[in-house]
Amino acid sequence: MTSLSTDAPAASTARSGKRAATPESRPRQSFWARENIAKILFVVPAGLYMLLFFGYPVAKNLVMSMQDYTTKTFFTGEAPWVGFQNYITVISSNLFGPALLNTALFTIASIAGQFAIGLALACFFNRNFPLSRFLRAMLLLPWLLPLIVASATWRSILDQDSGILNQFLGTFGVPAIPWLTSPDVALLAVILVNIWVGIPFNVTLLYGGLQDIPAELYEAGQLDGATGWKAFRYITWPNLRPVVSVVLILGVVYTIKVLDIILGLTNGGPANSTQTIAVRSYQESFVNFEFGVGAAFSNILIIISLVFAVIYLRANRRAVDE
Amino acid sequence: MKKQTKTRLSKFLAMAAIAPFVLTACGGGGNSASGDASSLTLMDYYNNDPDKALIQTAIDKCAADIGVTITREVVPGKDLIQKVLQKSSSKTLPDILMLDNPDVQEIASTGGLAPLSDFDVDTSGFAQGMLDAGTYEGEVYGLAPTANTLGLFYNKKLLADAGLKPPTTWEELKTTAATLTAGDQYGLAFSAIATYEGAWQFLPFMWTNGGSETELDSPENKEALQLWKDLIDSGAVSKGAINWGQGDVKDQFMSGKAAMMINGPWQIPALNDDAALEWGSVQVPVNKAGQTPTAPLGGEVWTIPQTGDKAKQAKAAEFISCFTAGDTQVALGSERYTVPTKPELAKEYVAKMPDMESFTEQIANARSRTGNLGAEWPKAATAIYTAIQLVLTDKASVDEAFAQAAKG
Repeated sequence: MTSLSTDAPAASTARSGKRAATPESRPRQSFWARENIAKILFVVPAGLYMLLFFGYPVAKNLVMSMQDYTTKTFFTGEAPWVGFQNYITVISSNLFGPALLNTALFTIASIAGQFAIGLALACFFNRNFPLSRFLRAMLLLPWLLPLIVASATWRSILDQDSGILNQFLGTFGVPAIPWLTSPDVALLAVILVNIWVGIPFNVTLLYGGLQDIPAELYEAGQLDGATGWKAFRYITWPNLRPVVSVVLILGVVYTIKVLDIILGLTNGGPANSTQTIAVRSYQESFVNFEFGVGAAFSNILIIISLVFAVIYLRANRRAVDE
Repeated sequence: MKKQTKTRLSKFLAMAAIAPFVLTACGGGGNSASGDASSLTLMDYYNNDPDKALIQTAIDKCAADIGVTITREVVPGKDLIQKVLQKSSSKTLPDILMLDNPDVQEIASTGGLAPLSDFDVDTSGFAQGMLDAGTYEGEVYGLAPTANTLGLFYNKKLLADAGLKPPTTWEELKTTAATLTAGDQYGLAFSAIATYEGAWQFLPFMWTNGGSETELDSPENKEALQLWKDLIDSGAVSKGAINWGQGDVKDQFMSGKAAMMINGPWQIPALNDDAALEWGSVQVPVNKAGQTPTAPLGGEVWTIPQTGDKAKQAKAAEFISCFTAGDTQVALGSERYTVPTKPELAKEYVAKMPDMESFTEQIANARSRTGNLGAEWPKAATAIYTAIQLVLTDKASVDEAFAQAAKG
């Protein structure tokens, strides 16, 4: 799907470029010709926007991470330069290792869960049945709830004594699980809630991808005996791959920086068992007022997301090349 | 011909697209005129009724008294400090600023607040703990009309049924809580959450036992930690406490799932809403006979930011004097279930508000969180709640917890 849509404009520009190069068709134009100025003017707003809202914060964050930036700085404007001291503080802190590990576990498990359930639901909704549209719309609900509301609700659902989940499991004889109060299961609980939040995103994109697979392929496959699991393996999956890569990479970038759900559910506890790099960054900046250290944490996070963004761009380009 | 109009049109469109950027660049706000002190700005975080309306009434009264109009901006409690920092970097701080008392020294250390002595504000007659909270490097930067603290609430009916009296010592607390634990009901509830709230709830036990935040690894602090661990391990307090905020604790108490709770007087309006609930309150229990129950002091302090406008600052100082005067204290105290910060008002206040007797006694000896450590308090608070969490989840022993937590 991606390959088709991106191929078309690329081909047309290549053709028009060839035509412009032939001297007979048009006289040579100077760079400042009206048409070029207009083109540049069209790019300027987007460029300004990028500079203002992406360039400035990123640059400011980089500078801030090399400064002793505290509450005082806001009033006096003074922020002594400390070089890489903040990064040393971050990496040598006791919580850095566990937070990094938790970030990885949180991201991988969340993505795996969201994707598996999302794909299953997308396939389910792909066979149009009565009420399927309505149910699919209902599935978007987690997306519509403000995360702070969702996490407050989940907090009461997951309460050890009176939470509805433990009450429900109790009817099957399962002993009360200390979802948010035991360091052994708190991360799992947070991951489960994040999976719940992420399912609509996965279902929506994957459902769109499934809709784009021509029905003829399945009909032809059926004649050759590819039905059920085989149809999925040899028809659905290969055709869905471009969408899958988009879903996974965007999912990683969205999940790695998740903050509100964790703050709302556990605030990094119990006993620091749900600390992630994003939570550390928030707490250093807005709880301990160590903005320099907080900026260092967030830059580490940015670098990790950047790696995945590059993978995404490369994967996309490969799809175009194919 | 046709092509030319098209390029002209597209050029026009491109210009139009840029226009907003250029226009907004010129639209920066100018400085407010100085010298005219007839209108002041004020910022606080009472964004929910009834507090919002009650504070508004008190503000209006003082504004009328000193002859100014006051424009009030209310922000959610969590956003206040961020807002203050933003406003101080853009030099748009309000003329009167309310701060939660443990934040005063942090903000005063930035140089963003004016000492009240600059404007001859009378700071005599206030409780020492409250003055300590508003003091940074020997100068008082803010005053509070009323204060709150923590105490032990108990369900009168549940205790009477079991033939028990409210506990006064840790030993009694343990046995009473254990006796009241049955079925769905726990003996006691407190908040041991991984935020400053958890540290704040632990302080009454730590301080009453003679412990201090300056030396976290002391035997006194460990004893207090051991008490919490015993209470949780014996099942007298739910393990859920590890993730409960003080609002959750109140819910547990009100639903009858906890017979006693550690909480503050700001919960009283909610408790009184339930006519069937009979509750009483006492000061926090002590470890050994002879100790003084010592709880942390809560409450909001009103300050004068350095706005550079002397005339307005002087008016703001007049406002703070009025807002923290005796009659305002008693009025706000009885409406909001908070205790006047002038000890001389205690008798008059308790006569009016018998429900608040134990809290008024508690306030007399209450201590401010930042009195010893100032701007370093957040670090100690983080270490305290981390140590609590480590112990209650069996990740560290009582002996090691504070040392491990201090490492960060």
